[in-house]
Order: sequence, then C-alpha cells, then structure tokens
Amino acid sequence: MSTVKDENVLEVQKLVMTFGGLMALSNLNFQVKRGIIKAIIGPNGAGKTTLFNVITGSFPPTDGTVRFKGRSIQHLKAHKIADRGISRTFQTVELFGNMTVLENVMLGCHTRVRTSFMASGFVLPQSRRKEKRIRESALKILKFIGLADKFKDSADSLPLGEQKLLEIGRALASEPELICLDEPAAGLNETETHVASSLIKAINAKGMTVLLVEHDMKVVMNISDEILVLNYGQKIAEGPPEDVRNSPRVIDAYLGGAA
Amino acid sequence: MLRIAKLPIAIFALFIIIFPWIARQIPAIEHYTDIMVFAGIYCLITIGLSLLMGYTGQISIGHAAFYGIGAYVSAILTVRYGLNPWACMCIGMAVTAAVALLVGAPSLKLKGHYLAMATLAFGIIIFIIFNEETEWTGGPDGMAGIPGLSIFGFDLDSVEKYFYLVWGFVLAAFVFTVNVIQSGTGRALRAIHASEPASSAMGVDVFRFKIMIFVYSAVLASLAGSLYAHYLNFVNPSTFDLFFSIKLLIMIALGGMHNIWGAVIGAGLITFLSYEWLHYFEEFDVIVYGAILLLVTIFLPNGLVGVPGIVKGWFRR
Repeated sequence: MSTVKDENVLEVQKLVMTFGGLMALSNLNFQVKRGIIKAIIGPNGAGKTTLFNVITGSFPPTDGTVRFKGRSIQHLKAHKIADRGISRTFQTVELFGNMTVLENVMLGCHTRVRTSFMASGFVLPQSRRKEKRIRESALKILKFIGLADKFKDSADSLPLGEQKLLEIGRALASEPELICLDEPAAGLNETETHVASSLIKAINAKGMTVLLVEHDMKVVMNISDEILVLNYGQKIAEGPPEDVRNSPRVIDAYLGGAA
Repeated sequence: MLRIAKLPIAIFALFIIIFPWIARQIPAIEHYTDIMVFAGIYCLITIGLSLLMGYTGQISIGHAAFYGIGAYVSAILTVRYGLNPWACMCIGMAVTAAVALLVGAPSLKLKGHYLAMATLAFGIIIFIIFNEETEWTGGPDGMAGIPGLSIFGFDLDSVEKYFYLVWGFVLAAFVFTVNVIQSGTGRALRAIHASEPASSAMGVDVFRFKIMIFVYSAVLASLAGSLYAHYLNFVNPSTFDLFFSIKLLIMIALGGMHNIWGAVIGAGLITFLSYEWLHYFEEFDVIVYGAILLLVTIFLPNGLVGVPGIVKGWFRR
C-alpha cells in the first residue's frame, strides 16, 4: 500500500444528505489524517451528528462517497463499518442499561471475537476460551478508563460522567482505527470534563485516530490537531485550532453575523 | 457476567425424574403426570419465546401458528402418507423454519411493534388455513388416527413414557438455551433489546440475530406441536387459535419474561390452571387469565421469578 493513501484514514467527498426537503449536509469534502485528533464543531443543527451517522452507517448518504483506508464504505450497514474498524459513541448515552459495566465492554469486543449460535448452545471448548479472552481484554480496558472497580455494577447505575467514559471504553473494545466521539463532554462537570479529555488524549497516544464532535470549546481547542467547522451542512472553515479561532466566518456563524 | 446457576437445573431435572413416581403414590394427583406432559409441551414453546421476547425484546403473537404447523405436518404426513413419525417431526421443523424465515425477514426489519402485528396477522391466517383446507387438514373436525411414537421398536404407549420423552426434550432445549444466554450470542441479544443503534455500531448484525432467534423459537414450537399431535393422536384447529398465542404470552409474563426460569414456571402454572384448577370457572376462565395478565403487569413486572427480589427488598428496609 502506498504511503500517500495511508496518510488519510478517512476521506469524505461531495457528501450530500437530505431529509425530505432539508439539506443536512451539502457537498461536504474533508480528510482525516491518520493518528490525529480532529474536531468537528458548529452551531446546533449544523449537521455534525448527521455526519457521524453517515460515516458510521446509521443511514446511507443521498450522494457522495466516504472512504475509509482507501475503500468506499458509504453503502455499508453500520455493523459492517464497525467490522472495518470504525467505532463510535453517542450524543445521548446509548449504553446497554440491562447489562453490567463489564458486559458492556465485552459486547464491544463483538467485532473481534464471535461465537456461532450452535457453538454457544453446545458450549464448545473453543467458545469458552473465547469468552475468557474477551473478559480479560474487557477488564484491561476498564482499568484504562478507570472503571475497573465498578465492573460488576449495572451500567444504568453509573453517574453520567462515568457512563460517558464507559461508552468510550465500549467503543475502544473493538480496537478500532478510527473512533468517533459524539459530544463526550456534554453534561459533564469540570472535573469529569478534564478526565474525559485526558482519556481522549491517551487514546490518541495509543495510535488511534479520533474524530470528535464537541461543544465545549476549551476541550476542542486543547486537544485537537485540526478543526472542521460546519454551518448549515457546509464547511465554513478547516485547519489548526488557532487558524479556525480567528476565522471571521466562524466568529460570524457563532455570534450571529451582523458584520 | 450473566450466570444461570447450575444447581437449580439439577434439582429441577431430579424433580422431573421422580415426578411420575410421586404422582403414582397419591391417588388424588395420579393424573398430574398426564397434565405435566402438556406442561412440558407448552414449556418447549415458552423457552423459545422467553429468549425471543424477554432477552431479545421482539414480541410475537403468532407462535400458536408455528405450534400448529408442527402438529399438522406430523398429522398429515403420518395419516395420509404413512411416513415415519420422527421423520415427520423433522420435516415439520424444517417447514416451520422456512415459514418463520419468510414471515420474519420482512417484519423483523421494521422497528417497534410491527413484528407483533405481523405475527398476529400471520397467526390468524394460518388458523384460517387449518379450518378451510378441509381436504388436507380435515377442517374444523380435525384429524384423528395420528400414530404414537416409538423408539427403536419400543413403544411410548403409556403416559409416563411419553412424559419422559417430552421432558427430555424440554431439558435439552432448556440447557441449550441457557448456554446461548450465557454466551457472546446471549450478550448480543440483550444488547439488541437495550439499544439497536448501539448494538449495530458495535458490529452486531442486529437483523441476523433477530431472525436467528425468531426461527429458533418457531422450531421449538413446531417440535412441541408434533409432540402434541403424536400424544393426543388427534388435532383440530381450535388448539392453535389466537387465544393460545395470547395464553403463551400470559405464561411467560406470569413466570417472568426476563428470566428463562420464568418460561418453565409460567408454562407449568398456566397448564395446571387450565387443565385442573379453573374448571370451576368454566367458560369464564378467560376472565381469570385476563386478571392474571393485568395483575402481573401492574404488580409483578418481573413475573413470579421476580418475587424473591421483592421480598428481599422488604427485609432490607
């Protein structure tokens, strides 16, 4: 594989997403370089979550392509995209509340280790070994995100801050190359926000590429290498934090431009 | 990890083994072995339904139809074509699997309660077919003369022998299902119940799992149907009507949907209620079932298996 191709983990080209008459994304182009933290910001309704949903396969785009490691994925179902190596979290926490903290992370290993229906019904030795392996790697992840001592608790019982961390942990369990975090700091207090942003940095240090939607500008400016700014489904700025911060179009979009 | 204790399963198996002996000792309950055969047949269906509804969260109101397909395939092939009953049982399960695939594929793709609606309609259609295809099914009069079962020339001609056959199947299905629940497959099923978007984002092929469990539960119902037909040697459509599908729901709701034991307890209790304890109410037994469903939904959302938890809660206070 050529190094040039390898440089961009994700390439979005001419992406269009319409809902009825509403254009949520219009002709969007951008790339995500391997190994960086890229933040997507923009006012409410700018199309950030829609973009995430299209990338991770919740619904196919109206037009355009999404390439992951050089192969187009925009036609694939969500679980197939997860198989390829993209994982995500949700803006409103979507944990499996009926399961324990550990089980949530173990479920995240689903793309890596699978047991067939028959093998699980007859408890073949191989399926038992697989379970053990999943459990060990899930415990390791819980240690990494700092929830190891709560592994037995029901996921529902955690405070919001820890639920957000657990969602990140579950997403990590599939060992993705690209992880999409949808507002990981939303609703968190200052301490929790700090924990979340150091965790994101630690994930990135492990070599994972991070795509981040976030409203907390302190978090965004502190941890991201690049920022993409959307407004009404269109790109209005892209680049390193300091450039974006000073872009008149961005200031305009956020402050409601009379200028 | 979700663990289902082994000891109660062993005790339960032991209870099944000695049950006919106990019943024989007490004349007043001698016929309970016969009722337990029916309880076992219903149990096979509720075990599958519990996995489908309680664990995976997919509601079916049409399992009487799969039960009926099993029974009628067995009846028609043995009576009209003289085929071996065991072969008919397998053919019945294969036919049911194919039908479940056909019905499930479009309806499981939809969200919400569409599966419930689709299976409800499907159940009614199959019931009409049993009634109207007189040439094949004998219509409302049903079909008689279905042969009994035998294993290697050993006839299962007594109630007790049939009891062991049926409960052997129940135990096998129970253990298999428990294993599935405790495995990665079971985890994926519970994940689907909690959040479909999160499950598919984690790589779970939601549709494939749903259809797999739907077919599995239908095949168990079909097996139960065949066992029913060969036990009674007679089938007629009224056994497989909509009310039976609802009765199945009442069974797992009463026992507790979110626990596989609920399927066993609910099937056992409702069977004894309808065959033995509700005679006093005659046709008004429907009201009792309605009252049970109502009270359980309001006061025991986790069914009877949830009662120990509630009692424990009282003492902790």
